Amino acid sequence: MLGGIYSLLSASFFIDLDAVDVAFTEASVGAGISTLLMLASLKLVNRYERKTRYKPLLALGVITITGALLIYGTLDMPHFGDPNAPAQQHVVPRYLNESMAEIGVPNVVTSVLASYRGYDTLGETLVIFTAGLGVMSLLLVSSRTKKESKNLVPADMRQQIILRVVAKMMIPLILIFALYVQFHGDYGPGGGFQAGVIFAAGVILYTMLFGLGVSQRAFHPEVIILLTAFGVLMYAGVGVACMLLGGNFLDYNVLRHDPIHGQHLGILLVELGVGITVAAVMITIFYKFTWRTVKHKYHQ
Amino acid sequence: MNILGLYNYWIVIILILIGFFIVIAHENLIKKLVGLTIFQTAVFFFYISVGKIKGATAPILDDRWQLYSNPLAHCLILTAIVVGISTTALGLALVVRIQEAYGSIEEDEIQTQDTQDQLECQLEAYGPRKQFLTKRI
Repeated sequence: MLGGIYSLLSASFFIDLDAVDVAFTEASVGAGISTLLMLASLKLVNRYERKTRYKPLLALGVITITGALLIYGTLDMPHFGDPNAPAQQHVVPRYLNESMAEIGVPNVVTSVLASYRGYDTLGETLVIFTAGLGVMSLLLVSSRTKKESKNLVPADMRQQIILRVVAKMMIPLILIFALYVQFHGDYGPGGGFQAGVIFAAGVILYTMLFGLGVSQRAFHPEVIILLTAFGVLMYAGVGVACMLLGGNFLDYNVLRHDPIHGQHLGILLVELGVGITVAAVMITIFYKFTWRTVKHKYHQ
Repeated sequence: MNILGLYNYWIVIILILIGFFIVIAHENLIKKLVGLTIFQTAVFFFYISVGKIKGATAPILDDRWQLYSNPLAHCLILTAIVVGISTTALGLALVVRIQEAYGSIEEDEIQTQDTQDQLECQLEAYGPRKQFLTKRI
């Protein structure tokens, strides 16, 4: 719970520092999903830490030395908010001055993310996909557990009428908002990463209040698993399509006759791929943790 | 004033140290993951605060503004946040499996169990040969 509050606080910090895109991501990830995963795994392991008298003195010593060295290191750093800092020099002015002419997308973060640094983002999407695969293989569940979990609606949730009614109104709005964030990412803060996480948060809310069975009928787990791979394939596929049309890998200029239109189309497709993968991976991770809880319940 | 202009780094360092302390001082694996998460957010703060320019606005191009913050830092960190949550999920999954295998997520208890297992394995491996040796003597 404290973790969720911490994330919301840091999201407001980021807005203050002009990083709206980052704030968006932190708010949806930190307040929505990471707290939930923490709680789920606390349910799976012991709830309390063993009462033990650990010796913090050595650790305190280590961090004091590290801290002193780090602070000594900052003395040479440029001041906070300094426009002449090295970080603002090399490639950044080019992004800010040329991206409107080269890409035609007002949100520079989106154009850097999807176009200038497209390789990097492809790599990040692959990392997310791999992490999803890792969770899937670590928390394998038998089909019997899956069947048992179909009838499982948290009993105490049945009585929460207010929660259920409010959620029923909220969930469609959350999903529509996710789609808006997905497709409006070129013009305002947003994009595939944020949209994917928000969409997954909507689905997770639905699962928590109405039970796994209902939710799995709407979002079938096997389809979701296929979608995790589909998003990555879509991203890489756009790159290959660019190569087939005579450009470089992920060089969107060749997708259409007009380079700007090509960039628009490329960014849209790539962000969609990212969004699909992120949403599908998050939903899969949540399903896996829930199935594990069901398994523990039945085998005790 | 001169040295106070560096306060953003000091906040980052304090957060890093809190995270680092939790990681090395606690035996509980979940607490270690929490510490790593705090460490991670400290790095996010570092990047974003380096990208901030005084008097600038969010990097969404518009005629009304001249000065924008660093979009590169934002781009790096926003992907890092989502990657961070998926790797944390992976870590939590590992912790859950460790709990199932050892019945504990305290690092020292796991260590004791491992050494015991190792000793038993060695005893089994050397067992027959010992008998053989004693017979010959």
